[in-house]
Amino acid sequence: MIHVKDNKCDFCGTCVAVCPVDAIELREADIRIIHETCIDCDICVWVCPIDVLESQDAQVSND
Amino acid sequence: MTDFDVIVVGGGPAGCIAAYESAKAGLKTIILEKDRDIGYPVRCAEAIGEDGLRKFMETDPQWVAATIKYAQLHSPEGTAIRLDLPIENGLILHRRLFDFALAQRAAEAGSEVQTKAYVDGLIISDDQVKGVNYQYFGEKRSLTAKIVIGADGVESRVGRMAGLRTALKLSDTGSGYQVSVANVDVEQDVIDFYFGSKLAPSGYLWIFPKGEGMANIGLGVVGKGVKDVLAKDLLDKFLADRFPKAAVLTAVAGGIPLAKTLKKISTNGLMLIGDAARMANPVSGGGIISGMVAGRIAGQVAAEAIRTGDLSEKGLKAFPARWHKEVGRDYAIAHRISNSIRDVTDDQFNKMARELKDLPPEKLHIRKVFATAAKHKPKILLDITRAFAHL
Ligand SMILES: Cc1cc2nc3c(=O)[nH]c(=O)nc-3n(C[C@H](O)[C@H](O)[C@H](O)COP(=O)(O)OP(=O)(O)OC[C@H]3O[C@@H](n4cnc5c(N)ncnc54)[C@H](O)[C@@H]3O)c2cc1C
Ligand code: SF4
Ligand code: SF4
Repeated sequence: MIHVKDNKCDFCGTCVAVCPVDAIELREADIRIIHETCIDCDICVWVCPIDVLESQDAQVSND
Repeated sequence: MTDFDVIVVGGGPAGCIAAYESAKAGLKTIILEKDRDIGYPVRCAEAIGEDGLRKFMETDPQWVAATIKYAQLHSPEGTAIRLDLPIENGLILHRRLFDFALAQRAAEAGSEVQTKAYVDGLIISDDQVKGVNYQYFGEKRSLTAKIVIGADGVESRVGRMAGLRTALKLSDTGSGYQVSVANVDVEQDVIDFYFGSKLAPSGYLWIFPKGEGMANIGLGVVGKGVKDVLAKDLLDKFLADRFPKAAVLTAVAGGIPLAKTLKKISTNGLMLIGDAARMANPVSGGGIISGMVAGRIAGQVAAEAIRTGDLSEKGLKAFPARWHKEVGRDYAIAHRISNSIRDVTDDQFNKMARELKDLPPEKLHIRKVFATAAKHKPKILLDITRAFAHL
């Protein structure tokens, strides 16, 4: 599951551009991962220029 | 009847020119921009060629932060090669002012403009795009139109909403980070490019002057290399090493499409332009002027389609045809070159730079650089030769 770190995003849209399944919604100053659509490919995590996104083990975050 | 003839999604350079052309042709036009401001934040190093700009308008000195005469290339081991620009003048813009001026021009031609207007869906019926759903200051609204033009930048979703395949491949994506700094001593008529796997893997780092004491300093990392490095960390390190006294006045992240134009850039009732259609130069990442070129074509084609009444993909077919003829074909070649350049190793860069360094300045021009590059990487010779007929 992709987690968005708090107060770090610059809303540049690079992650949106590469997401293969259109699972990121980006407004002026608001970013959301659409978890139902996300396929956990992690491309957005790699491409973010400032390390805003992280891939978390779903099990752990559901605890 | 529809609320508008043409809705343009996104108020960047591509969208503003499209709206200008559409309004100038007498069409009822509106630009919907998601952010509070047109032209801000500036996710851009702000360099353009004045010859490209002149095809649209005269340069207003207010927009110009610096006028460039030379490009300087730095090899990984630090050899600098200075070249005359192959074009008449390079300009570093104040894009905030420039984008504003483009929007003003569209408005004065008759276009409406709304900011804080985030498009979150398309109205589609009978397989034809017929308008947009959007949030204006968070309030749900919708507007119908004969033609929608998607000029929504690298983060574009408008194409996807109509079923076009727009996702960028990782290998075609620059992960960029840039600061605008004060308190730096840089030559005001030179743009610098630094190459090397340590500074910017598979990409490059740039220093563009932005008026006395100021500069845009940024870098892009391209392709798989992004897994192991972070653009921001690389730039912070470079700044600490080279410009420890620099004060960062603006910092932005940004994605740079280094791809070929999308296979499909139009469908019934919809055209995609600029970064949304992946129309930036795949070698340099520059997309201001090419976006404006596409904006002009799309605006004109929209007017013609509305005049004839054929709003289908077929009715818009002059749009992809003209784009590919005017720019797209050259950029497809540039895309191949761009892939080859990304494979050049630090050793190869160093060797090339040493060889060029020994040439007398009058013999040193861009052509020679490419000839030298071709010698060291013969498989790109063909591409480079062909590119020179066009670029
Ligand atoms: C770090 C960096 C450096 C660069 N340096 C240069 C350079 O030196 N020279 C050069 O020529 N190019 C450069 N570029 C590329 C250049 O910035 C772009 O090619 C250019 O801005 C593209 O113009 P556009 O109009 O297509 O898109 P943009 O300028 O990105 O405009 C798109 C607009 O659409 C809006 N939008 C997005 N989604 C929606 C939505 N759903 N609803 C409403 N509005 C929306 C956005 O807010 C934005 O204002 C650089 C890019 C980066 C990232
Ligand atoms: S790439 Fe990173 S900084 Fe840019 S919008 Fe996505 S999460 Fe935010
Ligand atoms: S992990 Fe992959 S699918 Fe999920 S949001 Fe990121 S890019 Fe999209």
